[in-house]
Amino acid sequence: MTAGSLAALVALGAFHGLNPGMGWLFAVARGLQERDRSRVLQSLPAIAAGHAASVGAVAILVGLTRSVVTTRAIAVGGGAALVAFGLWRLLSRRHFRWVGMKISLWQLAAWSFLMSSAHGAGLMLLPVLTGAPAPPGHDHGLTAGLSAGLFVTGVHTLAMFATAGTIAVLVYEVVGLTILRRAWLNMDRLWAAALIGAGTTTLLTA
Amino acid sequence: MALWKPDPTFYASPRDAVNAPPEKLAYVAAFDRSAARPDAIAVLDVDPASGSYGSVVGWTDLPHTGDELHHFGWNACSSALCPYAPHPHVERRYLIVPGLRSSRIYVIDTKEQPTSPQIVKVLEAGELAERAGYSRPHTVHCGPEGLYVTALGGANGEDGPGGIALLDHTSFEVLGRWEVDRGPQRLAYDAWWHIAHDVLVTSEWGTPSMVEDGVDAELLLNRRYGHSLHFWDLRKRRHIQSVDLGDEHQMVLELRPAHDPTKQYGFVGVVVSVEDLSASVWVWHRDGGRWAAKKVITIPAEPADAAALPPVIRPFGAVPPLVTDIDLSVDDRWLYVSCWGTGELRRYDVSDPFHPVEAGSVRIGGIVNRTPHPARPDLPLSGGPQMVEVSRDGRRVYVTNSLYGSWDDQFYPDGVGAWMAKLDATPDGLTFDERFFPHDDDWRGLRPHQTRLQGGDASSDSYCYP
Repeated sequence: MTAGSLAALVALGAFHGLNPGMGWLFAVARGLQERDRSRVLQSLPAIAAGHAASVGAVAILVGLTRSVVTTRAIAVGGGAALVAFGLWRLLSRRHFRWVGMKISLWQLAAWSFLMSSAHGAGLMLLPVLTGAPAPPGHDHGLTAGLSAGLFVTGVHTLAMFATAGTIAVLVYEVVGLTILRRAWLNMDRLWAAALIGAGTTTLLTA
Repeated sequence: MALWKPDPTFYASPRDAVNAPPEKLAYVAAFDRSAARPDAIAVLDVDPASGSYGSVVGWTDLPHTGDELHHFGWNACSSALCPYAPHPHVERRYLIVPGLRSSRIYVIDTKEQPTSPQIVKVLEAGELAERAGYSRPHTVHCGPEGLYVTALGGANGEDGPGGIALLDHTSFEVLGRWEVDRGPQRLAYDAWWHIAHDVLVTSEWGTPSMVEDGVDAELLLNRRYGHSLHFWDLRKRRHIQSVDLGDEHQMVLELRPAHDPTKQYGFVGVVVSVEDLSASVWVWHRDGGRWAAKKVITIPAEPADAAALPPVIRPFGAVPPLVTDIDLSVDDRWLYVSCWGTGELRRYDVSDPFHPVEAGSVRIGGIVNRTPHPARPDLPLSGGPQMVEVSRDGRRVYVTNSLYGSWDDQFYPDGVGAWMAKLDATPDGLTFDERFFPHDDDWRGLRPHQTRLQGGDASSDSYCYP
């Protein structure tokens, strides 16, 4: 894995962590509801775990597929799918809904998994996944694909977790939620643009 | 079109909403009792710095007649910031306006021309009936899964049960019946929630056959109107528990839950007790794992000469206060209580919800008193303070005088008139704003009912953060 793709992985992790819809806001809400910072801190690993499961599924799937079909085929197929998904996100006006406010940490992890999956968080990593050198030979292909997927998921989730955690604690402790009114950009649009960008990059480098 | 930044009228917490700028326009539902002319949404100038302050500056006439506009609400509000399904880049711009008698629902856009809102969609009664099985749509709340519209009646020939229909947030199509399991609930009226606790509360009035031709004395004396609260799991859409206030407490209407999302209590008004014609306000609250309700305010009937009373209450020799609307300020400190029969608006300090302390009262109208507005001391007024709406900052209180067409006619048989008043509220008390008194011809013969304030008010928004 090159330094460039590692940086991209971390940057995408930070981008996902920054999105209030991906979980930090939920962590803050849970803390505020009980006026208890430990509720914020407990929520974050659950949110990160759900995100990791969603991203990991894609990463490992791509890693394993690469051991049987050519990287180019994945890149072209995946890239096209990604652009289509991004356009749908951009144009669709539906928003994801599930659960309410009173949920367990397990349900919170499941919420995070669904939220990340519905938004195509893992798919956004496709250029990084297909850009890495192909696993050598067929003998070690499966293992290599699996470990590459796990590595990508780990690095990405760590960056997401760090970003979301920092923002959650800052907002809870210092800034306050009034910040939302000024600083909550329409992430749905940025997100859709990022998906389309990731798909295009994958296609161009295929 | 989605916004880049959250709609500026959305507030994360009630504490933030209290600091919202004052409203400049108010929207008021106004209906023609004779159903000869169309009902309308009246737009009022409520900006004290404006030259047309205190007058109706715009009308949106509906394309039909006989709708009987009543309550209405916004397409989106502060609940869009809730963390589990955030979508804060939608706009608060459409009024969702049901016709209580026609069962039509109008979608009216206030953005392009705020003083001349445009009708952009009309849902016919058939759509509500077919998709949700309901009729007589009443309260509208912007909620987590869509727009919640309570309905008094059943459809397709059924009088009831009434319940809640869900409307899509963006297309405004009727999605269907909200309830998965309604338990023993049959009567409907208002609904609101403790949004951060996944709890929904509903109240009870009566089915269409019980209310549309006026209050039915026999039903009332036999205690057949609603007298219970219902608590629901907001997520699973299931009935959890009923709390019966006692069948002497007839007609349990407006629900005002605490705005603070960490709290689980709220206030509800009861129109009349058949034992002594008093009205009451109750607080519902958690009692261990269950829900309970306690009467915290009782307002007695006022003795009166039978000759001065309309036939419907003449045998009793007293004026019932008839608490038909209540409103809780966004900071959860002040509770306003409309006594439509006696013509009084009371305010209580409910800092301790279990021990309200009366903190101000004004008289206007009333079945016997006919108290005039200070701006026109020579003009006796019919009707009483009815729908009451409080501004987000809690400093201004708006009241209108009509209750419901056929009931207006019973209690004010010589004409209910048409007027709206505004009160300035300070911690010390309430005073009429003498510059604000649209009345009689200002309303073009229509009767004003619910008020919605531009940008939101004390009964429009719910908050997910304390």
